Amino acid sequence: MKIVGHNLTTKESFYFFEIAKGLWITSRHFIYNMYFHIAHLLGKYPEVPAAVTIQYPEEKIPLSRRWRGRHRINARPDGSPRCVACMLCETVCPVQCIHIVAGEHPDPAIEKYPVSFEIDVTRCCWCGMCEEACPVDALYMDTGKNPEPGFSREDLLYRKEQLVKEMPLPGCQRSLNAPGQGPMEANPLGL
Amino acid sequence: MPTLTIDDQQVTVDQGTTILEAAKKLGIAIPHFCYHPRLTKVDACRMCLVEVKDAPKLVTSCSNAVRDNMVVFTGTPKVEEARKSILEFILINHPLDCPICDKAGECTLQDYYFRYSSQPSRFKDNKVEKHKVVDLGAKMVLDSERCVVCGRCVRFCREVVGEENLGIFNRGDHSEIGTYPGKKIEHNYQGNLVDVCPVGALTAKDFRFKCRSWLLCKADTICPGCSNGCNAVVHFTLRSFNGIKGQRVFRLTPRENNDVNKIWLCDVGRWGYSFVDSIDRLTTPALKKGEDFVKGDWDTALRETASGLKTVVERYGPSAVGVIPSPHLTNEDLYALKCLFSCVLKVANIDFKLPGLDKGEGDKLLLKADRHPNTRGAELLGLSGTGLSAEAMMEKVKTGEIRALYLAGSDPVKYIGEKAEEALSRAELLIFQGTNFSASCKLAHVILPGATFVEKEGTFTNYQGRLQKINKALEPLGEALADWEIFTRLGKRLGAYPSYRCAEEVFKDMAREVAPFNGLSYQKIGPQGIKIADSSQ
Repeated sequence: MKIVGHNLTTKESFYFFEIAKGLWITSRHFIYNMYFHIAHLLGKYPEVPAAVTIQYPEEKIPLSRRWRGRHRINARPDGSPRCVACMLCETVCPVQCIHIVAGEHPDPAIEKYPVSFEIDVTRCCWCGMCEEACPVDALYMDTGKNPEPGFSREDLLYRKEQLVKEMPLPGCQRSLNAPGQGPMEANPLGL
Repeated sequence: MPTLTIDDQQVTVDQGTTILEAAKKLGIAIPHFCYHPRLTKVDACRMCLVEVKDAPKLVTSCSNAVRDNMVVFTGTPKVEEARKSILEFILINHPLDCPICDKAGECTLQDYYFRYSSQPSRFKDNKVEKHKVVDLGAKMVLDSERCVVCGRCVRFCREVVGEENLGIFNRGDHSEIGTYPGKKIEHNYQGNLVDVCPVGALTAKDFRFKCRSWLLCKADTICPGCSNGCNAVVHFTLRSFNGIKGQRVFRLTPRENNDVNKIWLCDVGRWGYSFVDSIDRLTTPALKKGEDFVKGDWDTALRETASGLKTVVERYGPSAVGVIPSPHLTNEDLYALKCLFSCVLKVANIDFKLPGLDKGEGDKLLLKADRHPNTRGAELLGLSGTGLSAEAMMEKVKTGEIRALYLAGSDPVKYIGEKAEEALSRAELLIFQGTNFSASCKLAHVILPGATFVEKEGTFTNYQGRLQKINKALEPLGEALADWEIFTRLGKRLGAYPSYRCAEEVFKDMAREVAPFNGLSYQKIGPQGIKIADSSQ
């Protein structure tokens, strides 16, 4: 083993110049950010970012089109879920957080429908495999929402009735049949 | 005996064997839809085409008998092309229902498509629309669009059941199966239609949409529905949540056994599993306090039982104890019971033959009038005729001569009626050991929960005297225990009793002590069972 040491040069050993150099870098960033923050307040240079920090609650990072957020179930034009209770998502789910009870639909053309569809979001690992497995354009994770905290386990059990009301995040929707939306727009990140 | 070559392998088979069966003997699978080993051959699907040397065209292997020196190829490009075309032809009008089809995962068409075709459809026109969700009776649903018109179901009803229930109607791509106008299928073998159907056209209402086939585990078992002892496979799930909350067993399917059930299973047995997960299962030991039952633990319940039996035997002698076991129990359970009562407590009044035990409704094919899987086994173990008969025991309970009665799975109220109810209510100590709540259970002082046929290992002896093995698929519900284990725990409290740890140890003891079982072991029984005695009739 060889220890690589760093011997201070004569200039460095005075410390004074190094302190001044550090102060200069800090002051430069401070003045730059301060200037542009004030400028933003006055409505000037909105395209120039003031700091690397994102001012989170007011400002959000544009989400990737592939970003996996809370689940939603696509609805048919009549508002019923498109899910046919094939249980492929339940099968593929590595943490077994999806529970479906299938039933006989009165319309023989639909035949099978979920009597209950529950996602136990406390168990979900956000892998997105359910979305991939879905054969009928029903289950998506494109709401762009994070799971909200709840006061009970019941609050974190997302049911069919709730999932079917969720909307995709504009621009991020992955289904061509998403409710209330036109065809997919350009990617906000330009990817 | 002709010798032929199939794919460079030589095989000698009996005269009249078909090419498909000869290939099966070599382990070469030839795809087929309409062929079924137990039904007539009709040459309908053309899926089993193979190439025979010097034959001008491909031949159907399911119906052509082998000849001496025949040379057969099952995997040439010509054969593969034919299979591909047949599959494409069948799939022209087949709906892409796989996600909602109950057969998905065990569908022959699905399997063959992935193995032999895997090509996208070239069909541009609209598919022929046929009837979906057709009600065929109380137990079956038909989807004509999925049907490949192999005709197996039609032949099954005609040839095996002997009823003309189904027919093929219309022609060409409009042909579909169905019942005759105004008729429904009513016979007792409808469940087999699901098994013979190579696709998801015929589905059982009992299993429909309850679970996907790939989520189910399987274990070999014996149908407990009657004394015929049909070989079956139990399909169950180990998932904590499985669609219908609390349901663990989803279906029973037949297992081939030439000597017992061929390849069939009757509906009474097939759909008779529901007691396993039903709401009235006994899951914890219980004690009667006044009018109500109080949940107890095994320690208390067994202590109560043991002290009660001991007191009665000490005070009034062993003749004041009566035992009525049930032929629903396995040989192991019954042997453990016999050890406990006749060896440890010297009780002679053991009789399982409640009047009317074998008075169910049987039929000619599989279902027997005796709806108990182990009547012959109980007979062979000598659980009848040593003391009073079960009916006489009930009389003595009524008069107070028998003070303690042990019901091991049996329900005298069901067979004897009110008289038994009156007698049981007068018993000083009534112990009920069983799986489900019953009229007799209501009167018991101590309730000991037992395990069902899927929750324990053991053997049944069917009416022919054939010993067959059941396997443990699931853990007993709640605190229930296998019956032999309850007897072992009870035996320890009552005197010198062997400490069995598994059913196999009980069986080993039984094989040493009881004549018909001499020299047997679980290995020797095998998957098809072994004949140990003559038929009882």
